[in-house]
Amino acid sequence: MSTGMSQITTWLRDPNPTSRRQARLGQAFMAWLRMRRNPLAMVGLAIVAVLLVMAAFAPWLAPHDPITQDLSNRLLPPLTPGHLLGTDDFGRDILSRILYGSRITLFIIGLVAVTAPVFGLLVGTVAGYFGGWTDEILMRITDIFLAFPKLILALALVAVLGPGMENAILAIALTSWPPYARVARAETLTVRTSDYIAAVRLQGAGPARIILGHVMPMCLPSVIIRVTLDMAGVILIAAGLGFLGLGVQPPLPEWGAMISAGRKYLFEQWWVATMPGLAIFIVSLGFNLLGDGLRDVLDPRSAGR
Amino acid sequence: MSDTLAASPLTRTVKRLIGVAASLLFTFIGLLFVTFIIARIVPIDPVLSILGDRATDAQIAAERLRLGLDEPLWKQFGIYVWQALQGDFGISIRTREPVIAEIARFFPATLELATLATIFGVALGVPAGVLAATKPGSWADQIVRLVGLMGYSMPVFWLGLMGLLLFYGVLGWVGGPGRLDAAYDMMFEFEVTQRSGMILIDTALAGRWDMFANAISHIILPAGLLGYLSMAYISRMTRSFMMNELGQEYITTARVKGMPERRVIWVHAMRNVMVPLITVVALSYASLLEGAVLTETIFGWPGLGSYITDALMANNMPAVMGGTIVVGMVYIGLNLLSDILYKLVDPRART
Amino acid sequence: MSLLSVKNLRVSFDTEAGLVEAVRGVSFELGRERLGIVGESGSGKTMTGRAVLRLIRPPGRIEADRMAFDGQDLMRATEREMRALRGPRIAMVMQDPKYSLNPVMKVGAQLMEGLRQRDRLSRMEAHDKAIAALEAVQIRDPGRVMEAYPHELSGGMGQRVMIAMMLIPNPDLLIADEPTSALDVTVQAEVLAILDGLVRNRGMGLIFISHDLRLVARFCDRVLVMYKGKVVEELAAQDLMQAKHPYTQGLLNCLPRIGGPRQPLPGLDRNADWAV
Repeated sequence: MSTGMSQITTWLRDPNPTSRRQARLGQAFMAWLRMRRNPLAMVGLAIVAVLLVMAAFAPWLAPHDPITQDLSNRLLPPLTPGHLLGTDDFGRDILSRILYGSRITLFIIGLVAVTAPVFGLLVGTVAGYFGGWTDEILMRITDIFLAFPKLILALALVAVLGPGMENAILAIALTSWPPYARVARAETLTVRTSDYIAAVRLQGAGPARIILGHVMPMCLPSVIIRVTLDMAGVILIAAGLGFLGLGVQPPLPEWGAMISAGRKYLFEQWWVATMPGLAIFIVSLGFNLLGDGLRDVLDPRSAGR
Repeated sequence: MSDTLAASPLTRTVKRLIGVAASLLFTFIGLLFVTFIIARIVPIDPVLSILGDRATDAQIAAERLRLGLDEPLWKQFGIYVWQALQGDFGISIRTREPVIAEIARFFPATLELATLATIFGVALGVPAGVLAATKPGSWADQIVRLVGLMGYSMPVFWLGLMGLLLFYGVLGWVGGPGRLDAAYDMMFEFEVTQRSGMILIDTALAGRWDMFANAISHIILPAGLLGYLSMAYISRMTRSFMMNELGQEYITTARVKGMPERRVIWVHAMRNVMVPLITVVALSYASLLEGAVLTETIFGWPGLGSYITDALMANNMPAVMGGTIVVGMVYIGLNLLSDILYKLVDPRART
Repeated sequence: MSLLSVKNLRVSFDTEAGLVEAVRGVSFELGRERLGIVGESGSGKTMTGRAVLRLIRPPGRIEADRMAFDGQDLMRATEREMRALRGPRIAMVMQDPKYSLNPVMKVGAQLMEGLRQRDRLSRMEAHDKAIAALEAVQIRDPGRVMEAYPHELSGGMGQRVMIAMMLIPNPDLLIADEPTSALDVTVQAEVLAILDGLVRNRGMGLIFISHDLRLVARFCDRVLVMYKGKVVEELAAQDLMQAKHPYTQGLLNCLPRIGGPRQPLPGLDRNADWAV
């Protein structure tokens, strides 16, 4: 068994890989080894893994129903038997609500992660590939969106579209694509004039095929690093919208809205506002630690930034 | 360097200024365009919100004409831009006051808070970043990194609540919500000349040190918490810039000359770190204006952030859009300012 | 007694890829003479020069059986003692003035820094000394150069400023690390002539680090040839043509000669055994 393992690692560490697959896997393995030496990044990875498990198994992990009210058990302090983190003003178990709330958080960041970067990637690659006026106009528009403070633009959008989870996600996605467009454009400019793109063009491929099939894949790594680092910011904005009552609506257990509900009891029943805030803090710290470590590993040039 | 070239830097400066002005105007109009589009798709009828729902058809038609709502959209946008350029963002639906007048009253409180927070952020963040950069991998570096990442991960409204709970509720070290104690609020209104709208400056100018001290006890917590967020960002960037500069050859030169390490870092490297750091400080200042939206609601701080959120809750769209545009303009202005400062600090950017 | 004595100097870097040994047991003695160190890039010649000034930063590590300057043990010296040596006793001129001068400080401020900070001279005195130093490196308009920023100077001018700056406190030993490699060919000779004249007149010791064997032979009394962190041959400059080591011969042969046979230049032979 252990000789099998060591055979695999020697194969992965081979400085002269014989196939493209071996080279790629080898690269990934080395990156993993480097990342393992960064304890903070591993903590981040663990936190994100715990979040995934929480979201997946919430119904089995949660001791109580997150929505059903129980007014006889209002505002119980933490460590009350059966209510580890206490209960809120409707007698709902805070731990259960946090566990179920992880699903909402994950849903929001998941949806933002598959929309905003894709749109940014599209704008950035098109601008970078065609250059000239297309580039000028697209980048100007990007700059305009960058000139808006994210949260305030999201606020204005939600104010217009009406509160709710879908609109909150839409607003966050609409405000977070510009940095991806910038990153993708910069990468596109470096590959645009390369010989292999010229070769594809000579084979008769049109712009759409070149951009989708050959330029975008080159931009992916840097965009992915950015996405990981941005997830923490998305969590914070979503929670902020929830806190202001513009995001996910009660009685759904969204963490930001839970803090807002606990605000009334801040000085007497501190735990109602504190616990969901801790959850937000830990999860976004997890994404930050992971993103930071990923960047150090995958992009050594900017290590430490 | 020669005299024959003397005219060219001037024309170059003029050309650059024109370029800057053009891109500024373009971004500003773009900003207006976005808010215009957002405002036009609101399901709220602006005429009804002004006149109320008991208005007659004739009144409504007249008001529509007056607001220019019968014109084609592009013309409406033209009017909107023209008015905005003159500082006219419409009438606040709730108070019937021009939005710009209300913003002018609320803005100084935000400015005061964000400025003090940035001062904290720079005063703590720069030394922390330098310390981390000079000892990479040390425990000091790890702590600065972790404290910075924690600042990145903290929901600002929750941090504000926790701060209130601990320092106001439990320890009683600071004043609670608001800019002053209720007793002083009236006094400030009537007994102090409001020159800047910033309490710390106005009370100091009036020599009302009792009021000044009370204002300090109120601002210290929100400014400290926002300052922590700003420090998180500034220390991380300082560390990275400083590491980069310390690897440069001119640093070796300074060491070869026998300069003490303190001077190598704080004079030779720091002057170069300042160049990119200016942009970072401007960005962090701008993001504090944004962070103020949530902080101000927590601390009952009557600033632009409170103004926008209150307007939002009241469906007061002209106020929301006016506030959004003003914050956007401050963003653009800060970017421009950092560009100018950049050129002052970096001799290479001047030619 | 010799000015600088180095025995079994080692410089190593503990990197992610393992221990990298840049210098592996270099020994030499230097009087008030001019010593050339020659080798291709990566041979450890630059690291040897910086190790003498103890300017290798962590994760780099310096070890030596003995490294002494004018009787003072450099391995045991405190950082404060080292600072007292750097500048007034040992100075160094680096390769490219574009990087070795501080880009955001005026040339004058950089020239006067040592005089003002260390010698506590008044602004006037420091200014006069800096002007004199610029004149010594044949800069014609020293007043204007004092007010310029490094990016406003040409490469040759920048390197002359660098030399002037390093020679202001009259050091006993100057380490010149490829001082002309980044310059245009046309100004190389000029800068070298200035450097050579100043070093001769003031009777300093010189360590001249270069990849150009012939150049080194012209300016130095003795030459060390380094390969992969080791000295493979040491010989007097006038005996260069009688070099025995195949690596030295290789370095000599891969340069074109006017009037020489017009054949393709031979490549440089490398043999890992030489460095064992």
